[in-house]
Amino acid sequence: MIEARNLVKRYGSTLAVDDLSFSVRPGMVTGFLGPNGAGKTTTMRMILGLDAPTQGSVTVAGRSYRDLPAPMREVGALLDAKALHGGRRARDHLLCLAQSNGIPRSRVDEVLGIVGLEGVARRRAKSFSLGMGQRLGIASALLGDPAVLIFDEPVNGLDPDGIHWVRTLMRALAAEGRTVLVSSHLMSEMALTADHLLVIGKGRMIADTSADEFVRSSSEQSVHVRSPQAAELAARCREAGATVRAGSTSGMATAPVAGSDARIGTDVIEITGMDSADVGRLAAARGIVLFELTPVRASLEEAFMELTRDSLEYQAAGGTR
Amino acid sequence: MTGATIARTGQDRHAAFRAATFGDVLRSEWTKLRSVRSTFWALAVTVVVGVGLGAVISAATARGYARFSVSSKLSWDPTGVSLAGVAVASLAIAVLGVLCISSEYSSGMIRTSLIAVPKRGRVLAAKSLVFASVAFVVGEITSFAAFFVGQALIAGHAPHAVLGDPGVARAVAGAGLFLTVLAVLSVAAGTLLRRSAAAITCMVAVLFVFPAIAQALPDSWRNPVNEFWPTQAGGQLTSVYHAAHTLQPWPGFGLMCLFVAVVYAIAWTLLDRRDA
Repeated sequence: MIEARNLVKRYGSTLAVDDLSFSVRPGMVTGFLGPNGAGKTTTMRMILGLDAPTQGSVTVAGRSYRDLPAPMREVGALLDAKALHGGRRARDHLLCLAQSNGIPRSRVDEVLGIVGLEGVARRRAKSFSLGMGQRLGIASALLGDPAVLIFDEPVNGLDPDGIHWVRTLMRALAAEGRTVLVSSHLMSEMALTADHLLVIGKGRMIADTSADEFVRSSSEQSVHVRSPQAAELAARCREAGATVRAGSTSGMATAPVAGSDARIGTDVIEITGMDSADVGRLAAARGIVLFELTPVRASLEEAFMELTRDSLEYQAAGGTR
Repeated sequence: MTGATIARTGQDRHAAFRAATFGDVLRSEWTKLRSVRSTFWALAVTVVVGVGLGAVISAATARGYARFSVSSKLSWDPTGVSLAGVAVASLAIAVLGVLCISSEYSSGMIRTSLIAVPKRGRVLAAKSLVFASVAFVVGEITSFAAFFVGQALIAGHAPHAVLGDPGVARAVAGAGLFLTVLAVLSVAAGTLLRRSAAAITCMVAVLFVFPAIAQALPDSWRNPVNEFWPTQAGGQLTSVYHAAHTLQPWPGFGLMCLFVAVVYAIAWTLLDRRDA
């Protein structure tokens, strides 16, 4: 259990974290989501006592991190897999961490086994690939068999195999009743891993909700329709109060269409504000032929982009949407 | 993946864990120090330079003794000559002391260390204690070896010293103590400055550059530097003869310890307060 109350972190004139309050609960994977520069890492650093909050407080297992009697036994963290001395052998790296918290030496070999690095335990860390480094970082987080785990962008730079392994591990850790907080700037990654989401942008909380609820509430549902009488259907739907856009055949919504837009003549339209059953009934009542009628839900990725659009730190000129 | 593969196995699986102690952090810092190659090399350089350079200087100066002027013969200090290499080797200890914390900053390991041990004072205390102990052992071995090798080479060409002579045992053992306190100072400097290059430059300036510059200045500058500059004052512990405008051995060494304590306290405070 991690609890943050009104966390604020200011670096000079930059407000990195702006009044964040949240709880991270056990037994599930909580995704910590936001664009680059949103304040995810800063928040994690405050949880782990590396940075002192400008205001507010954060506790782990009811205590401030610095007051934990044996921190690694309660919290396992991977902030930056490269944060180690490259000249040290993998086993020695884990051993010095284990010793600092009174964790028995035998546990070092156990975690090396869990992450699959037994064979390279005597190699120096600088010779490790990105993926191996990430595994070593995860091994150090698991050393104390902690009830709370914090991972900052754990799949960054991993190959598909490694990504799958990390996902499975997160799910397994949560299934054992542990508290798992995982940050990412990739919504699609979180869609596959997280049960709960904390979405932040520019240091502020945008959403604190279950992953399912997040998609339901923040994504517009639309109906994808293909019809030889698309223009007429569009007009009737507008009369019924719906919004209609010209659709592309790929099913992706493109630009909003003004009432008399010539492109409505194309045979694919996207209707929002009506569900597929209503559109079907309306078409039947007017004798409009339908070739295709599909309810479409925006992907989690689109919902995320929609939400964080205003909070991106840097945006390409002209916009990418 | 099942729980059993992630969770700790063995009988202490369900045992309540105990709080981490300072002893745990000491063990951890010892593992850190012995598991990087720079430690071995820096200590090897300390011994080789300390003994080897001392031997070369001893042999060379003793062979020239016969041609010395009377005043040079009067100030002949065989102990000081044999320990000349140790003074140079002190640089290797200073560099290693800086590196054992600044390399954590440059690699990012410091964040991992402080997450493992968030009571930061413990990390600094354990690091200093472990490294100072190593510096003490290596320093004493180097000093005594340099003394005995040096005296063996001097004997027969010039008057040589034995440990029983007044002040000699104190000077030789003092050279090791000087390295020990220097070790603590360099760890503190590395903690304060966080960058290897800056901290090493600073140590070289304190140890060699500033005292050397002072020797070129008028007496009104040179004398106070020789008397009160921390490393000059501490160095009195390693010399048998008392020169004018210098402190007595133990008061001088005490002044250096006091200086190191102040720097250490500043380093401790900053480490504790700064964002890592």
